[in-house]
Amino acid sequence: MLIHFLKRLALTIPTFFALMFITFIAIRLVPGDPVEVRVGERGISPERLAQFRAELGLDQPVWKQFLDYVWGILHGDFGKSLVTNEKVMTEFFTLFPATIELSFAAMMFATIIGIPAGAIAAVKRGSRFDQTLMGLSVAGFSMPIFWWGLLLIMLVAERLHLTPVSGRIDLIKFYFEPVTGFMLIDALLSDQKGAFKDALHHLILPMIVLGTVPLAVIARMTRSSMLEVLSEDYVRTARAKGLSPARVIGLHALRNALIPVVTVIGLSVGSLMAGAVLTETIFSWPGVGKWLIEAIGRRDYPALQGGVMLISAIVILVNLGVDVLYGVINPRIRHGA
Amino acid sequence: MALLEIRNLSVTFRTRGGLFKAVDGVDIVVEPNEVLAIVGESGSGKSVAMLAVMGLLPWTADVTADAMLFDGQDLQTLKPAERRKIIGKDMSMIFQEPMSSLNPCFTVGFQIGEALKTHLGMDKAQRKVRTLELLDQVGITDPERRLAAFPHQLSGGMSQRVMIAMALSCRPKLLIADEPSTALDVTIQAQILDLLVSLKRETGMALVLITHDMGVVAETAERVIVQYAGRQVEQSATIPLFADPHHPYTHGLLAALPERATSSRLPTIPGMVPGQFNRPAGCLFAPRCAHASAICHTTPPPKAGAAMGEALCWTPLVNGMPVGKGAAA
Ligand SMILES: Nc1ncnc2c1ncn2[C@@H]1O[C@H](COP(=O)(O)OP(=O)(O)OP(=O)(O)O)[C@@H](O)[C@H]1O
Ligand SMILES: [Mg+2]
Repeated sequence: MLIHFLKRLALTIPTFFALMFITFIAIRLVPGDPVEVRVGERGISPERLAQFRAELGLDQPVWKQFLDYVWGILHGDFGKSLVTNEKVMTEFFTLFPATIELSFAAMMFATIIGIPAGAIAAVKRGSRFDQTLMGLSVAGFSMPIFWWGLLLIMLVAERLHLTPVSGRIDLIKFYFEPVTGFMLIDALLSDQKGAFKDALHHLILPMIVLGTVPLAVIARMTRSSMLEVLSEDYVRTARAKGLSPARVIGLHALRNALIPVVTVIGLSVGSLMAGAVLTETIFSWPGVGKWLIEAIGRRDYPALQGGVMLISAIVILVNLGVDVLYGVINPRIRHGA
Repeated sequence: MALLEIRNLSVTFRTRGGLFKAVDGVDIVVEPNEVLAIVGESGSGKSVAMLAVMGLLPWTADVTADAMLFDGQDLQTLKPAERRKIIGKDMSMIFQEPMSSLNPCFTVGFQIGEALKTHLGMDKAQRKVRTLELLDQVGITDPERRLAAFPHQLSGGMSQRVMIAMALSCRPKLLIADEPSTALDVTIQAQILDLLVSLKRETGMALVLITHDMGVVAETAERVIVQYAGRQVEQSATIPLFADPHHPYTHGLLAALPERATSSRLPTIPGMVPGQFNRPAGCLFAPRCAHASAICHTTPPPKAGAAMGEALCWTPLVNGMPVGKGAAA
């Protein structure tokens, strides 16, 4: 198991190098550089421009810039943001809890609804429920996040006034210092009346928007996996013991059906991050996704490169974690390798 | 009073190709403490009939019967929850495929303990004691260590022993063993059968043994039901059945036993069991029967008397020769 884990870890190294290279190149292919963006339309003397470039190291040949960049990363240094002059690491990890909070909530939303819904659809295959759910899941899976987010804001927030439009909490009513960075937890810790409820209200819409695609995937996957498992011999054995249908389905069948579902959940962390970038932008959710979009606008090379690298590292680590978890829920793997 | 009494049991599957009657008018009576064998080729509806008794068929199956009594209770009118109190407790079953019949996600100890908890309400400590006792009883060495084993760590024979321990856990009055040894290799097969017979003697339960091996029947069973393509073609006590089979199919099965072979080549029954789409109009066995006459191909045969093993045949055999040709018509 440990060897297996280390092997997987080693395999991620080339991935990281490729990532470094691609982000580095891709950013520079976008027209305009940080200095131009900052100077804007006002115009500036060529000497001053050259001086700016030199300060930021942009006058160096590109390959030299790349080597410096790689050298820095290998030493755990992601550089400083060109805009705020803060360390990229610091900025990233200040904003990251907001992204985790949103992603985690979205994933909870997707699993808590998706797994039971998929399981019930499998047990009652062909029923009205099954057909409706499968129809919805196709719709959910192909839902463009931007459109879906705006639609929900218009309907739920603007028209029905059920939820706030954006942000993580009402900053006029509540203020407290972040302790954990997770708004729900901080709100609880702050002891301010109504803060938690308000934070929760803010979370609902973005959570639904980000959770919709995973929800569709999980429901579908659970259903098909469950259908397969329900005809297995061991499910019949469980019934032959005289166990209740709830136990046969909810324990004996579901436990096996979840093995592939957990893998899918783990592997969808990458696309979840992509979705988070859009969702955070729509809802002005102050997480790393929104921060990255702003960094693109300002051509903040170090922030963008560092952010992408850090997110990738996290996605890769989560995938590794899923591998381990997979072993925990699947005894055949745990004892096999 | 009989422990199990099934009259005129039929099972029809709703399949894509239409309705398929996999079991057709079968009577099964099991006395307490008796070993009954159900024999027949693959596809003759042995498993389906017993799964119907257990209530384990998929939802595509329609089960009908004139009577379905177990231990004085009418299985047909019981509510599902009531019926679940019987199966796994007083009536239990072990299956053809031991390896795939255990849940890969749970330990042996957990899977055996489940029935003890559900039916007998045993607590954790009691379950452990009983599980160890059971594992020991089915001949598993080092039971303490096996408790924590997962099914993939067991061999086929070991899995079947665990299945047997599971089925025996609540001391059933009836154990149905569906080809308990077919998936195992020959020496293990013999061990498992010996185990079942000795357990039957120890516990006083009744045993229904499904098999297609006449040799196994001779060694273990007191009574035999022969099934062919979903119909019951003959039933009688084992000794008279072996001495003088009345249905040509039974005759063929016995003639195929190696120890009965008279020439160096084993006689076989030509052809195959008819499936869903090639049912003959008359006797289902007629296309393969050496004694078939015109009427056999056109009209289903009647059931002969008890003296003739209730043979489902126009011309039941006596001493290997057809008698009363036309008499029954
Ligand atoms: N779920 C099902 N749906 C449709 N047909 C089925 C189903 N289960 C069994 N059958 C059919 O019923 C017939 C009897 O099957 P059954 O499993 O009882 O045979 P068997 O006598 O136990 O044979 P074997 O010795 O191979 O176990 C077969 O033709 C089989 O294809
Ligand atoms: Mg069978």
